[in-house]
Amino acid sequence: MNGRNLFTVYRKELRDSLRDRRTLISMIVVPTLMIPGIMAVAGLVSYRVVSQARQEVPAVMILGGGDSPAVRAALAAGAKVRLVPATGDWRQRITDKTLRAAVEIPAGFDAALARGEPAIVKLYDYESELRSGLAVGELRNFFNNYREQTVSARLVAHGLPATLVKPFEVKTENVAPPEKVGGNLIGGMIPYLFILLCFTGAMYPAMDLTAGEKERGTMETILCSPVARTDLVLGKFLMVLTASLATVLWSLLSMGATLLIGGTLLARSGAGPMMAAQTAARGAAVLPTLDPSGTLTVLAMVVPVAVLFSAVLMALSLFAKSVKEASSYVSPLVIIVIIPAMMGLLPGVELNARLALVPILNLALVSKELVSGVFHWGYLALIFGSTCLYAAVALGLCVRMFNREDVLFRA
Amino acid sequence: MIEARNLTKIFHDKKRGEIRAVDDVSFTCRPGRIYGLLGANGAGKTTTLRLLATLLRPTSGGATVAGHDVTAAPGRVRACVGFLATSTALYGRLTARETITYFGRLNGLTDAQIAVRIGQLAGELGLHEFLDRRVEKFSTGMKQKTSIARTLVHDPAVLILDEPTLGLDVMAARAIVRFVRECRTRGKTVIYSTHVMSEAEKLCDVIGIIHHGRLVAEGTLDELRRRYARPDLEEIFVQAVGGEEVV
Repeated sequence: MNGRNLFTVYRKELRDSLRDRRTLISMIVVPTLMIPGIMAVAGLVSYRVVSQARQEVPAVMILGGGDSPAVRAALAAGAKVRLVPATGDWRQRITDKTLRAAVEIPAGFDAALARGEPAIVKLYDYESELRSGLAVGELRNFFNNYREQTVSARLVAHGLPATLVKPFEVKTENVAPPEKVGGNLIGGMIPYLFILLCFTGAMYPAMDLTAGEKERGTMETILCSPVARTDLVLGKFLMVLTASLATVLWSLLSMGATLLIGGTLLARSGAGPMMAAQTAARGAAVLPTLDPSGTLTVLAMVVPVAVLFSAVLMALSLFAKSVKEASSYVSPLVIIVIIPAMMGLLPGVELNARLALVPILNLALVSKELVSGVFHWGYLALIFGSTCLYAAVALGLCVRMFNREDVLFRA
Repeated sequence: MIEARNLTKIFHDKKRGEIRAVDDVSFTCRPGRIYGLLGANGAGKTTTLRLLATLLRPTSGGATVAGHDVTAAPGRVRACVGFLATSTALYGRLTARETITYFGRLNGLTDAQIAVRIGQLAGELGLHEFLDRRVEKFSTGMKQKTSIARTLVHDPAVLILDEPTLGLDVMAARAIVRFVRECRTRGKTVIYSTHVMSEAEKLCDVIGIIHHGRLVAEGTLDELRRRYARPDLEEIFVQAVGGEEVV
């Protein structure tokens, strides 16, 4: 291996790639815009959907209860719902979303309450539908209050204090530091995004520097030079690795800028104090954050994964005769990368010695802990070591492929 | 000097089985002479030249280029060779100067040596006008001149040219022919493959006719005319390969 030649090839590939619009898009534009884009769009859409849903007074139908005017009157007066006349097609109307929910009051409900007999009120909703859920939540609140009022009235009638059935209150308070709360809330998403961007950042340059060169006829030109093929492939590989890591780095910078700018805008708009108040109500004093040293460690752990991705993508693309053919080999890999990255997001999947050897999944799992500020040094060493080993094997395969004339001159 | 000895290259294809692309070929190209390798498409010209340029490894037999063995010292062979073919394209996003500099560095030249060579080549080939423009904007002729400069940057002793005029217009093709003649004058060893008979007649000192991977005839143009009793190279070629129906 000749360092001078390797650097010459790398420098040329870097210059060439930085002049390529498509490489710049995948390396800089996508990661820069993707994270703020996802955050802004997801935040704005969910904010608008929820606030619109909250502004709506849900249409609710009362089924039965004709002989119970007291509960009907209380419902009409106390619940923030719009009561609509009962019709036989209420199930269909809930499905069609013209009716948000229905409440079935059993016959003789008022009388049963007066006698102290149990009664069952049924609520009908469209499960997982936001507005239907809000309507049912409103009805549930109303009936909980109505039950408490009934119990209190009964206790008073018997000359007993209300605390008799409510001897104590339960309150929850968060004691975990904000970065740990943040780690749990968004920690899974960080490695998922890093892994995905690390892969997509390497994808286009890997295809362009191998199959693309074959297609354009520049591969044969470069193979005529006296530089050893190992130096050529390693120079190209370094460029693909640079693109992959630059994509991740840009995404990290973009994420930091988004959080900074987003937080400032939130504070100026007045929504910040409101959110802080909501968070404070749950027990935390500030908005969730991520542990900086943990996030940087995630970045370090991404390096061997980037080597692995770059080498595998190059080895596969080398086999292709054109970029189109290479993309048909490489595109299915996105699924193979996403599945373990997503598995790391699933609740209950915890890091252990066996999972620490599974590439990508191990990074997804350990990163959740790292951004929360928890460092499992043993697992970190195992993951880093095993991924380096996989990366070395993949790089070896890539170099081997580049030395095979049936691959380079595949007819 | 190029010396090929029983050079053989066999490819294995799943559908077609064993393909003897180059079959027991032996010839010698001397300095200051142009060796023309004539053959129809698929005759084995490109494979022969790729073997000499060490892009492919011979299955059996061997060759020496400028005294270096193509199997034992492929790097040294490539350092002495300038290889130009229609399949050797340029990097579109680099300028002509960057392209020549890149190949100069890959050939072990210092930046000072490269600057001198660029000055010489730009003068000889008329590159000054477009030296700092990107190759992707070039006409075919400009690209061809840049390719020649790229091939000659390290002043190689041996030139391997694989159908370098294929697809070029008359002016660009003439520029190539002129460049090849100049190389001969400078005492370089040139091997030139083509299927254009008029080009071979004008340029080549020795002609080898290759057919189905085998060298079926070899000699100077006069020798071939005498042997086949025909004045025209095209007629000689057809007779050497066994008649029109086999081409």
